[in-house]
Amino acid sequence: MLQLEGIEKTYRMGKSSLRVLKGIDLTIEKGEMVSIMGPSGSGKSTLLNVLGILDAYDGGEYRLDGTLMKGLSERRAAHYRNQFLGFVFQSFHLVPFKNAMENVALPLYYQKVGRRQRNRTAMEHLERVGLADWANHRPSEMSGGQQQRVAIARSLITQPKVILADEPTGALDTQTSREVMDILKGVHEGGTTVVIVTHEHDISEMTQRVIHLRDGLIESSERTTHGHGPASPPTGGYEGPVSAESVAAGD
Amino acid sequence: MFDLDKWQEILTTISQNKLRTFLTGFSVAWGIFMLVVLLGSGTGLANGIEYQFRDDAMNSLWVRSGQTSVPYKGLQPGRNVRFTDLDHEEVKRTIEGVEHITSRFFPRGELRVSYGKESSSYDIRSVHPDHKYLENTLVKDGRFLDDFDISEYRKVAAIGVRVEEALFGRRSAIGEYIKINNIPFLVVGTFRDIGGPGEEEKIYLPITTAQRIFNGGNRVNMFMLTTGTASLAESQKMADDVRNLLAQRHSFDPEDRRAVFIYNANERFQTVMQLIRGIRAFVWVIGIGTILAGVVGVSNIMMIVVKERTREIGLRKAIGATPGSIVSLILQESVLITAVAGYIGLVLGVALLEVASSSMPEWEIFRDPHVDLRVALLATAILILAGTLAGLVPAYRAARVQPVVALKDE
Repeated sequence: MLQLEGIEKTYRMGKSSLRVLKGIDLTIEKGEMVSIMGPSGSGKSTLLNVLGILDAYDGGEYRLDGTLMKGLSERRAAHYRNQFLGFVFQSFHLVPFKNAMENVALPLYYQKVGRRQRNRTAMEHLERVGLADWANHRPSEMSGGQQQRVAIARSLITQPKVILADEPTGALDTQTSREVMDILKGVHEGGTTVVIVTHEHDISEMTQRVIHLRDGLIESSERTTHGHGPASPPTGGYEGPVSAESVAAGD
Repeated sequence: MFDLDKWQEILTTISQNKLRTFLTGFSVAWGIFMLVVLLGSGTGLANGIEYQFRDDAMNSLWVRSGQTSVPYKGLQPGRNVRFTDLDHEEVKRTIEGVEHITSRFFPRGELRVSYGKESSSYDIRSVHPDHKYLENTLVKDGRFLDDFDISEYRKVAAIGVRVEEALFGRRSAIGEYIKINNIPFLVVGTFRDIGGPGEEEKIYLPITTAQRIFNGGNRVNMFMLTTGTASLAESQKMADDVRNLLAQRHSFDPEDRRAVFIYNANERFQTVMQLIRGIRAFVWVIGIGTILAGVVGVSNIMMIVVKERTREIGLRKAIGATPGSIVSLILQESVLITAVAGYIGLVLGVALLEVASSSMPEWEIFRDPHVDLRVALLATAILILAGTLAGLVPAYRAARVQPVVALKDE
């Protein structure tokens, strides 16, 4: 589904330049649920941006569902994002002046789906995440967990092939994190490819495969004992053995 | 194409910030309001200036005799040039393009005009029938002087309405005899004059009659003619022709500017027209300037809107918004605000002008301010253009927002 070959990315700031991705080779199969981990500055966010066609890369090749994503016009990029990808963000990114249903329906607006059809589909997806009763509430009236569930519903409404989640539980407490992860697992079980960027160990343990990034390269890619459920206590495991190695001065 | 969804998007965002939208709109409304009021005032001023020239035909040449100032063919300077009927006839016969022509002869000395016990002194002009075209004289009752009055030396008079009022009170003067220095003249007509009250205190006599009665011989003080549809250059050529003809007939140097004075109303008219055009252009410059200030205001606000909505725009792009859809979102919001606000300004401006023109006293210099439909339509076009202009930079800035920003945490 997602194929990366020797992906490189360098940021230039004036005279100095920063090589963030130094040649990433990665294949994520259709229907896989993968998490990407790494200390800040390791390039995991940049990698996700490349996967989401949100950012261009300098070298290598990236194929999404067999199609080469390179040198795309903004229009084409918008089209692929809309058709193939769903995004879930750490800070939800719901449009504050729209209610839950309208937020969920928004991607369909860019597919030129009629309002009525749009809202009906949005309601179905809200039901899926258990928020049908909250359809007419604005984001400011909802809890963080509820907002993220709305955001997930929004990412699912276009029936994307891949869900890209950037720290989806980063702003949530353990209980709601669990709820959100349960939904994402449900999505995965429905056959959708899910890629999660996280620094939380107990989150990554819920995925099938954990990819560790360090200094712009893949350090390791290991299968988890997925299916047994997370055994870690609610408070523990924040800094696991991998991410404890170093804390780069990032951002 | 009308996109209801997009308009709903826009209306929602507008209603998010009512005060800001109002203030933005106000600057545009003010700009258009000022443009309309200024244009209307410009028209009023132009009307007023044109009104100043209502008295006399705008295409006239006025020829007065003077005194020679340079020697010519052995003749000393300082000779008085004296026009006669023959000059009039020759000008009429030889100068091309003469439309109407009249001479004037002013009887000398104090002339008492009386009717019954009423008596006063008035300005008396003896003229040809064509005179009415040169002074914009409007017959009220009876008739003006005609060719028979001239050829038959009739003792008739056309009197201004104020003369009639003074001598006859409320009665009609037509068919009555007034006495000028005790010589009876039959009143054949009364007239008004666009030139105002002063021009309505005149008495016109046939020039031939006056020359005979007041010992004028064939003397003529001045003559005037209209140049028809001649252009400014053509009228200037006619003036030169008249001067040359008179120079030849009265033996003075054609270059002698003091021997004959020719006033070409065409030139004056041209100057006035230039002045009016100048005023109009000035008004447009100021008006457009005011609108531009409004446009900059809108542009500024839209820029802030884009900045505030950067994250939202980034998100929209992440979920599939094309740059084009983002541009049109911002552009349409800008055009909507400008158009609605501008329309309000337009209506208020027109309303003010209407009230002003209907309730204002009749000034000489400022009359009937209004804007015509074409200007209103033009202003509307300017509005839409202004809205587009105002939205352009912010819209492109919005389109350049990277979807990555939506991923970044604040």
